[in-house]
Amino acid sequence: MLQETAASFLADEGSIAKQLRHWRDTGCTDGYGTALWKQFGELGLTGICIPEAQGGLGLGSVEAALVLEEIGRNLTPSPFLTTAVAGARAIEGTAHAERWYPGILSGETVLALAVDESSRHAPEKTALAAERRGNGFVLNGQKQLVVHGNSADVILTIARTAGSPGEREGLTLFAVPKAAAEVESATLADSSKAAHITFSNVELDADAVVGEVDGGWAPLARALNAGRAGVSAELVGVAAGAWAMTVDYLKQRKQFGKLIGEFQALQHRAAHLYGEIEIARAAALKAAELLDSGGEKADLLVAVAKAKAASVSKLAVQEGVQMHGGIGMTDEHDIGLYMKREAVLGELFGDVYFHRARVAELSGY
Amino acid sequence: MAELDSFRSETRAWLEANCPPEMREPMRSESEACWGGRNWTFSSDAQRVWLERMVERGWTVPHWPKDYGGAGLSPAEAKVLKEEMARIGARNPLYSFGISMLGPALLKFGNDEQKKRFLPEIARGEIRWCQGYSEPGAGSDLAGLQTKAEDKGDHWLVNGQKVWTSYADKADWIFCLVRTSTESKQGGISFLLFDMQTPGVSTKPILLISGNSPFCETFFDDVKVPKNQVVGEVNRGWDVAKYLLGHEREMIAGMGLGGTGGTLGRMLKPDDPFLRAEIAAFDVDALAFAAMSERFFEMFKASEAHPASPSMMKYAGTELNKRRHELMMAAGGSDALEWDSDRSKGGKTPRDWLRTKANSIEGGTSEIQLNIVAKHILGLPGA
Repeated sequence: MLQETAASFLADEGSIAKQLRHWRDTGCTDGYGTALWKQFGELGLTGICIPEAQGGLGLGSVEAALVLEEIGRNLTPSPFLTTAVAGARAIEGTAHAERWYPGILSGETVLALAVDESSRHAPEKTALAAERRGNGFVLNGQKQLVVHGNSADVILTIARTAGSPGEREGLTLFAVPKAAAEVESATLADSSKAAHITFSNVELDADAVVGEVDGGWAPLARALNAGRAGVSAELVGVAAGAWAMTVDYLKQRKQFGKLIGEFQALQHRAAHLYGEIEIARAAALKAAELLDSGGEKADLLVAVAKAKAASVSKLAVQEGVQMHGGIGMTDEHDIGLYMKREAVLGELFGDVYFHRARVAELSGY
Repeated sequence: MAELDSFRSETRAWLEANCPPEMREPMRSESEACWGGRNWTFSSDAQRVWLERMVERGWTVPHWPKDYGGAGLSPAEAKVLKEEMARIGARNPLYSFGISMLGPALLKFGNDEQKKRFLPEIARGEIRWCQGYSEPGAGSDLAGLQTKAEDKGDHWLVNGQKVWTSYADKADWIFCLVRTSTESKQGGISFLLFDMQTPGVSTKPILLISGNSPFCETFFDDVKVPKNQVVGEVNRGWDVAKYLLGHEREMIAGMGLGGTGGTLGRMLKPDDPFLRAEIAAFDVDALAFAAMSERFFEMFKASEAHPASPSMMKYAGTELNKRRHELMMAAGGSDALEWDSDRSKGGKTPRDWLRTKANSIEGGTSEIQLNIVAKHILGLPGA
């Protein structure tokens, strides 16, 4: 039911022409349509991960994955992943939930998650300093690849209140109002917006802390797991969308007097890709199920899902562009847009190498 | 849910009380597997007792109907049994092509008499079966087979040759594809069952590069087969064959799981950083494949899987298994090269590695599986 609703809503309202191309070609500063985000709210989708007692649907990662796969398939630009999934999870069970959930539910509030400080994902290496001053804190440092950082109302920022870079202890998560930081917006390869954010002597009250002081790893891990499982599902959607477009093309394009889909060299590659996408989807769903049920292998499967979905999606977009031939290189055709989205999502919350290393670490080798 | 919980606790208690400790140790080699059959010699009392007790409960074929030797378990119950067996590391009590391949085909295509005659014997492990599909001129192009069965009124007269017949030299009966008409390639094939002791049947093992002979050449010289041993309709055996191949592929795809749980990296503890990275990449693929297998088996049992999806699983699983063994060879270094020495357990590592090379050939090559996916799932033209 939810899947059908999400599929038809996103194919209609979230389609590439209506959203991605439109906002890209009109030079939109947010990179997505705020009206669409409100529609997400009207359908209840923004409340998927929010408990029923707080007005949400009280569902979980599996349902979020179903929506995200459709988002991926249609390349829909929206703050669903950062706000309704990762952000909602980060503040879950804290005082900030009461404050921000209503805006998320109505599709008015956008959250961003600021983790990385270099071009590679490394949450433990957080150095951004949060020093106590009076009843509050002063933040100094910088963050990069903050998705929707330029349009978010609040930037969930992981900072160091103790310990040293490399340690999971001594981190604290802060909810920083956007106005407090210096935001430099960047347009990424897929036309989405991400921000470089600089904190120079940003003063925050004690109530900006999400959860416990020095105990920021817990809400961060919650947000990262939800975000990684979610981005895996979105990558599966990107792969499936690119693959479907390619198989359609194989059935239409003629060369040497034949449909190119008759050539075994292409059939085998398309069939291989089909299997890989099914496997990536199973991994993404398994990760989501384990997150929802609190399974002990949840962390492992989240890493498997992200690594697998990213590598499969990369194969799908590369094969997609190649099999489309010259037309695949044109801006006019949509297949290249899949390649650009994959590149960005593949990097977000840790790339293939990060997650393979994590699988090794979690398996004890 | 409560019923399933009580089924789980009863199953756990029964397994605890009835599975001999020796049958909870991992098998060290293929030769420790119990295959049953009329000439079977049990390697230990524990092996015999374990099979008898499982047969008694219908748990060698838990989801088959009780009338045919099964326990009539629901898919959810069968899954619980599988999980509980895995929990204590219980060995499979019986390896059987009768269970994994012929049984499902008989359940679907066999007549009442055939089901009553053969299924309980299969469930009890009394008859060991082999599969007569491939021929020297009909491998990937299976429907090109030439072994002929002539209608002689009261019997079929079979002449021809099969190849790659797994364990034909040890089997009691064969399920065999024969040509009963030459009018059409796929439309003239029938599915025949007969005793390997019938006069005119002979077998010869084929030595493989692994140094073992799991496969045989099988010859039929004026073999008389009773008329009532055709499964399904005469000349419609291709339908039975295809259905059975789906089950064979499902079974072979299981190899991709590696059997032991845990990751390859955890087992090998690679110290070379490049090897470690490659093994981690493999483990991602293997764990993702395990998630797919779980999903596939649930969809398959609920009849929600695409009928051609065993081909996708067989392709992915066997390619993965070959990669696993390449990495085991790499991690073993020179130890992994020892073919015949005391410390190499009879050359298990290199022999197993070479055996896996057949995985992407037997049961239909990887290329054939991709053709099937391209045609039946992708609907590509001319596939």
